[in-house]
Amino acid sequence: MIKKALTGNEVIAEAMRQIEPDVIAAYPITPATEIVQIFSQFVADGKVKTEFIPAESEHSAISCCVGSSAAGARTMTATSSQGLALMHEILHIAPGLRLPIIMPVVNRALSSPINIHCDHSDTMNARDTGWIQIYSENVQEAYDNLIQIVRISENKNILIPSMVMTDGFVISHGMENVEIAEDRKVKDFVGEYKPVQTILDTDNPFTLGSLALFDSYFEIKRAQEKAIINSKKIILEIAEEFKRKFGREYGYFEKYKLDDAKIALVAIGSISGTIKDAVDSLRGKGKKVGLLKLRVFRPFPAEEIKEALKNTKAIGILDRSLSFSGQGGPIFSEIRSAVFDLKEKLFVLDYIYGLGGRDTTQKEIEEIFNNIELETREDRTIDLIKYVGLKN
Amino acid sequence: MSKNILHSWKNTPLASRVEEGSSKNFKTGSWRSKKPVHNKEICTNCLQCWINCPDNAIKVKDGNIDKIDYDFCKGCGICAEVCPVKAIEMKNEKDE
Repeated sequence: MIKKALTGNEVIAEAMRQIEPDVIAAYPITPATEIVQIFSQFVADGKVKTEFIPAESEHSAISCCVGSSAAGARTMTATSSQGLALMHEILHIAPGLRLPIIMPVVNRALSSPINIHCDHSDTMNARDTGWIQIYSENVQEAYDNLIQIVRISENKNILIPSMVMTDGFVISHGMENVEIAEDRKVKDFVGEYKPVQTILDTDNPFTLGSLALFDSYFEIKRAQEKAIINSKKIILEIAEEFKRKFGREYGYFEKYKLDDAKIALVAIGSISGTIKDAVDSLRGKGKKVGLLKLRVFRPFPAEEIKEALKNTKAIGILDRSLSFSGQGGPIFSEIRSAVFDLKEKLFVLDYIYGLGGRDTTQKEIEEIFNNIELETREDRTIDLIKYVGLKN
Repeated sequence: MSKNILHSWKNTPLASRVEEGSSKNFKTGSWRSKKPVHNKEICTNCLQCWINCPDNAIKVKDGNIDKIDYDFCKGCGICAEVCPVKAIEMKNEKDE
């Protein structure tokens, strides 16, 4: 094990070098550019045997990935924001064809207005495309998640593509001390890729991606849904093996001082670090507060979240994207639905924050905790949707 | 999917995989509204129809036109259009 100071993009490129996929097809986009830029240097320097395809657009990059994965190659790409949006058509096709493509996504706001900084609009927009989605809090988690995800996606009972998220600039360009495992250890963990089927198998020819109308489309999509639901079990199994071999523990989510908390926040991504500091500060003042940091968003661990939040009185959801529904952000909708069946009514409030990269401070997080306490103290009409740091 | 007709989503072939040769089981000739009728009397066996047929529905035997495979002929009319001696006529299905 080596300790290094690396940015999120550097650590992802490093993990990709260690995994050494057969094919990477990509197109650059801020703030994900460095990932494939650094990787292309590894290719040029002969440090990896990966076939690197610089495509002419993200739509082409992910299309190359579909072809290469269907041919039986371990395949990766990386993108962000508009790039992910341009891929959208093919995002649905990859899991439909059960191709375990791996894609780090650096979260960035979507146009218009054009903006290069972090929010989660891009991957939340892709949440129903059928990909596994795992979010990272920091540089170390980005590294660990990418190594684990290969095993999850490629499991022969799953075969579903995955996205591993890092917050744009906050993680992608922020430097942290991280533990990098030896190349051999990572290679042993991910293992050699043995595709279940390949379209280049001339001894067993078959058609992939044919027409399926009302007699079979429904069944095929239900089977695809079952595969991603089944990945829940595999995610925990791989996390367990990762803990044994690499020493760091992961689950669907992290509970931070949550067990005896009366008020809790639910968040994904880098804001979780700020929330942990706010929780520590408020705990010092005797407040029973905690955090549920969501790591796995697809598949959605609804039952486990319900169980983890059942002793709280009120929770605040931090959403870094809008649904334009008037019903709050996407995480709010999921969590509120997950806790609906609890016997004791749980107040669920939504806090939209950080759109377009606006910073959210520890002080603002502490104000959110105070606001939840105030709003739910007595029987009053609650304004469910709030905006953090919005200029009024 | 005709060969792979599904009875339950639980035994769906992976990724809607279809085994080779399945198009033989799917008779696309049922799409036809007009059918080509071959007149052997005036046909010169130049095989222009055989070259141009997009569905390989013109069957040849010993260098001569043998028959039209109506299981797979979609009735596009290209054969009748390219025939230099008008030995193929497109007739309404109902009239036959």
